[in-house]
Amino acid sequence: MQFTIEVGRYNSDGNYAPNAVPGEPYPPPWNRSPVRRYQTYTVDLPVHAVVLDALIAIREYQDPSLAVRCACRSAICGSCAMWINGHAHLACKSKLQEFTKNGKTRVESAPSMPVIRDLVCDMQPFWDKHLAVKPWLQAKEPVPPSDQEYRVPNASMEELIQEVSCISCGACLMDCESFAVNPDFLGPQALAQAYRYAGDPRDAQTKERLGEYSKPGGVWDCTHCYECVTQCPKGVAPLEQILKLRRMAVDAGYTNNAGTRHADAFASSVKHSGRLNELTLMPKSTGFFNIVGQLKTLPSAINMIRAGKLPPLIHKAIPGVNRIKAIFERVGGRFK
Amino acid sequence: MTRDHDVLVLGAGLAGMRAALEAARNGADVAIVTKVHPIRSHSSAAQGGINAALGEGDSWESHAFDTVKGSDYLADQDAVEIMTQEAPRDIIEFEHMGVIFYRAPDGKLGTRAFGGASQARTYFVGDITGQALLVTLYDQILKAGVKVYEEWFATKLLMENGACRGLVALEMLTGELHLLRSKAVVVASGGLGRLYEPSTNALMCTGDGYSLAYRAGAPLMDMAMVQYHPTTLAGSGFLMTEAARGEGAYLLNSEGERFMKRYAPNKMELAARDVTSRAEATEIAEGRGINGNVLLDLRHLGPDVILKKLPQIHEMAVDYLGIDMIKEPVPVRPGMHYQMGGIKTDVSGATVVPGLYAAGEVACVSVHGGNRLGANSLLDTIVFGRRSGHASAQYAAQTVRSGGGEDLLQSEQARLQGLLDRPYSGETCAGLRLELATMMDEKVGLYRSDEGLHEALDQLREFRRRYENVAVGDKSRVFNQALTFVLELGFLLDCGETIIRDALIRKESRGAHTHVDYPDRNDEDWMVHTLLTDRGEEEPEISHLPVTITRWKPEVRTY
Ligand SMILES: Cc1cc2nc3c(=O)[nH]c(=O)nc-3n(C[C@H](O)[C@H](O)[C@H](O)COP(=O)(O)OP(=O)(O)OC[C@H]3O[C@@H](n4cnc5c(N)ncnc54)[C@H](O)[C@@H]3O)c2cc1C
Ligand code: SF4
Ligand code: SF4
Ligand code: FES
Repeated sequence: MQFTIEVGRYNSDGNYAPNAVPGEPYPPPWNRSPVRRYQTYTVDLPVHAVVLDALIAIREYQDPSLAVRCACRSAICGSCAMWINGHAHLACKSKLQEFTKNGKTRVESAPSMPVIRDLVCDMQPFWDKHLAVKPWLQAKEPVPPSDQEYRVPNASMEELIQEVSCISCGACLMDCESFAVNPDFLGPQALAQAYRYAGDPRDAQTKERLGEYSKPGGVWDCTHCYECVTQCPKGVAPLEQILKLRRMAVDAGYTNNAGTRHADAFASSVKHSGRLNELTLMPKSTGFFNIVGQLKTLPSAINMIRAGKLPPLIHKAIPGVNRIKAIFERVGGRFK
Repeated sequence: MTRDHDVLVLGAGLAGMRAALEAARNGADVAIVTKVHPIRSHSSAAQGGINAALGEGDSWESHAFDTVKGSDYLADQDAVEIMTQEAPRDIIEFEHMGVIFYRAPDGKLGTRAFGGASQARTYFVGDITGQALLVTLYDQILKAGVKVYEEWFATKLLMENGACRGLVALEMLTGELHLLRSKAVVVASGGLGRLYEPSTNALMCTGDGYSLAYRAGAPLMDMAMVQYHPTTLAGSGFLMTEAARGEGAYLLNSEGERFMKRYAPNKMELAARDVTSRAEATEIAEGRGINGNVLLDLRHLGPDVILKKLPQIHEMAVDYLGIDMIKEPVPVRPGMHYQMGGIKTDVSGATVVPGLYAAGEVACVSVHGGNRLGANSLLDTIVFGRRSGHASAQYAAQTVRSGGGEDLLQSEQARLQGLLDRPYSGETCAGLRLELATMMDEKVGLYRSDEGLHEALDQLREFRRRYENVAVGDKSRVFNQALTFVLELGFLLDCGETIIRDALIRKESRGAHTHVDYPDRNDEDWMVHTLLTDRGEEEPEISHLPVTITRWKPEVRTY
């Protein structure tokens, strides 16, 4: 079967084939990424071929100058994450047929990461984040003697397989909406690994870890966009791990941060009125006495007023709010 | 630019990183050079598990005997004893580092059965054992702050007065060539699967280390011993781990018969790999295959076992064949998987070349002899990785650093430039590699014959001649993979030649080496290792070493 592939090329040496046509600049927040040149190839492959098969065929028999990282070809080594039709996927796991739109498939290095050459991006931001969560066991004392393992239930190990299944491909980070606007956000993969260690019964530093992960750039900076869950090829579902960390952090007493206050304000508003009081949500999240933080939110508040998005000044409870209160009481927890 | 270290480790798979960690613990200034990010190393592909006699009722002697028998008595028994004795401690160390091994109901480490073993002694994490070990070890490397030259491609070892003192490497990101000097080098560059088509190995398994060490004067041992794995996925050739059979999967022929009962009545599907692969090939040759495959049937294991213990292969069969193994059997066939032979080392990883050490798949201690048991390779990487890290650090402590090497840097620069300047002749790197690999599979694969091997050697000479005309189809500086592919093809040619030559020398059938003209094992004449030493333009020098026997005399091998 014939497939048409449009490959986003980039070469800092400036060597491009004459038929590589410059594309449009990327939309914000990716507009800092250099414009790619798109080169179109046709390849003849079996119907069930994956995008990587096409890239390898191009590189081997049409254009040896095409740079692409790949090794295992079977979604194990994590080398080949890239944008395919505008979202991050593993090239070796993406069926060409499924990704053919209007007769072609467009692949390029994700513009959220610095580009090195063609489909090869600079993964350094990803590895820096990985390192930042201290991804190693800080072993609980006493460490068993050198001929004995920690005795733990299998369920506690199985629980972590989901995170250990991460192949560090970076697809989640490439499409993470929070990372796109805030390069300091630890990001989905690193936080999933953070949970992998915080949730390990053999780790002694769970509390300290939770404190670290609750700081700005940590678990509360995730905006629940769900991209990491959708894009992860290994079912790691980083958002779920982030939510677990949030719960653990709150339980461990790390409540003095914008994230927890936001969640608290959210819950208390719903509990007391059955709906969100958007007017008090922001100041409550930032902290009522955090004057500097309050002032920082002022410009967006003014913009909202201008755009006619100002929430009603008088916040009314919905009818039957008592039934909602009852739900909160039934569930229990810390929202009073 | 020139940099100096005490120990350089070439490779960041399990063997390389374990060596680096140990060298660092022994006070050496150590750096790792790797052509891919450590996490991408092929060790991550190991699915099934890692062996150790750790459980109650098991003993290192039993593990050692199984290994020796599995090797068809070609393994050196002193080395096997060391590996099996030290295995429990190494596994526990990884557990303490954080590997989430499967647990038995009492909370201790739990096992699964594997081929060729008299006891269930394979420790595992789902079917991602290699990945789980590799990630944990990488994080230890990060914690220890070991320097990693990531995406640096080693092109040549630096030799001074007969000793190895570093290497030259190409930094992919910039295209710059660097001289890295050291007092010792540990080669841990993994296998050579790309020499065969199809193969379970990743695209980067191109035998670089075998060739680099061979050209530096270290002999290669028992290169003929190339393992074919019994269950590789039809079409793509991806591995369906032996753990599937360990958990109880059947092998069926076109008549729905569990044919292994005719080849290995006791161990059935869990016979050693060479035995099982040959049984499958016989079934297929005698017309009881299905389009050149047999069937791996897991249906009776049920969704729970499949999804919890074998999720990765379940996903692979769905992704690449559209087959759900919960409902349908999966077509599989024998496929090239592992190189038992390699750079000859002693039990501390030392080669005969001063300053040069080797560990992992690229090395040959020899603990696998003629046939490696499943789940013994990961063990080999961590035991002998650790040992070579220790020994190289000790050696470095008594050695003075080299001050030379600039001339090598210059000659390498000229060599690479020569490749880049070569005019296009119609000969492509990919085309030549495929021809070579197909030829190896046909003539130097599961079955060999004198005639086929001679043809193979002639063809290889012809491939070498054609290799001189392969042009580099990319002239850019940054991330020039076309250039490294050409270098890798050069390494593969060296590997191919030594395999063919060794296969021609061994006039018997043992382990993975099945010679149709000499179908029997011949303990009288062939309880020896074969070593090939490079002599430049001339044919390699052939020498032999007796197999070390400590307590297990060769016996007839039945399963
Ligand atoms: C699909 C599959 C499944 C397997 N399952 C199992 C199993 O269940 N149990 C088991 O025991 N064994 C298993 N094996 C075998 C085992 O995984 C390998 O033999 C072992 O992981 C090899 O490890 P290594 O450290 O020697 O090399 P690798 O992990 O292959 O690492 C090689 C390293 O060398 C580097 N390198 C190579 N050449 C160069 C160069 N020129 N310059 C710079 N760096 C270079 C690479 O970048 C890489 O970091 C399996 C193998 C395969 C293919
Ligand atoms: S859900 Fe959170 S972590 Fe995941 S991609 Fe969205 S913002 Fe990033
Ligand atoms: S969490 Fe998933 S998407 Fe993110 S790096 Fe790991 S495997 Fe890739
Ligand atoms: S090539 Fe390994 S994940 Fe795609």
